[in-house]
Amino acid sequence: MKNFIFIAVLFFSLPGMADEAQRIRQLEEKLRCLVCQNQTLADSGAELAGDLRKQVREQVAAGKSDDEIIEFLVQRYGDFVRYEPPFKATTALLWIGPFVLLLAAGATLIVVLRRRRNAPEELALTPDDKRVVERVLGPQDRA
Amino acid sequence: MKRFLWPLAIFLLLVGFLAAGLKLDPREVPSPLIGKPAPAFELPMLQQSDKLFSPADMRGKVWLLNVWASWCESCRDEHPLLVDLSKKGVLPILGLNYKDKGEDAQRWLAQFGNPYQLSVVDADGRIGVDYGVYGVPETYLIDAEGVIRYKQIGAITPAILEQKILPLAAALKK
Repeated sequence: MKNFIFIAVLFFSLPGMADEAQRIRQLEEKLRCLVCQNQTLADSGAELAGDLRKQVREQVAAGKSDDEIIEFLVQRYGDFVRYEPPFKATTALLWIGPFVLLLAAGATLIVVLRRRRNAPEELALTPDDKRVVERVLGPQDRA
Repeated sequence: MKRFLWPLAIFLLLVGFLAAGLKLDPREVPSPLIGKPAPAFELPMLQQSDKLFSPADMRGKVWLLNVWASWCESCRDEHPLLVDLSKKGVLPILGLNYKDKGEDAQRWLAQFGNPYQLSVVDADGRIGVDYGVYGVPETYLIDAEGVIRYKQIGAITPAILEQKILPLAAALKK
């Protein structure tokens, strides 16, 4: 009976534990290791990353929400600790910049194409031009 | 002619941005703690482990909190500067011995000199996290109200001490 209860408890708690592990993993992937700056907390082998992972785990266990945990780290390490920077005045260029560039490139393309289409076709030779051509190249065959 | 000026102008602009970018140090992440109260803690002292120290004990003083460890190479670089500063008695310097072994820390101080009024022990780095420490050595200038006014990430150089820390400390003391 004892075994049965143990197995039952395990059975029902395992999915919960897996969820929590996954949540921790997702959180760690959103956070940057300050030591090796192009790695997430999840990927980094730096000691500080280990300490911060520990903090994340403890806070998840203490029932803190993802936002609260991220806020905890932002208060200490700044927005840089977030892999995805928040949208605000100082980061507006970062977020909007690529779209502005895309629009500018698109607009330039349209203007260039329009100009090309509206450009006059090849200019016909004036009688004067024709005379010059015939003088240099000899009488031209009018095909 | 004009059609060649545009790409040239854009190219120069890009060069300007990249040149400015080269001068930035990505390791220096601006600390959000500047202008905020120094996080509170209560930690045992390195030399008298039965006594506790809290930053509140330094109220009314302008002081430096220097995060150091015996395993930290660049701490050695800045250490003579701190020893020198402590001899002049300009500012009280307190140490936060970060993720270190007590005996290693004691030996280190015996070998290189002890500029600290006292050092506290942050063995598991928990208080370090509260202070946003990520690259030892780090140094915080804390004012009489207990507010962090300046943070130095990495070793203090004579230039930084003379041009930034000391003038700021002098202004804060007034």
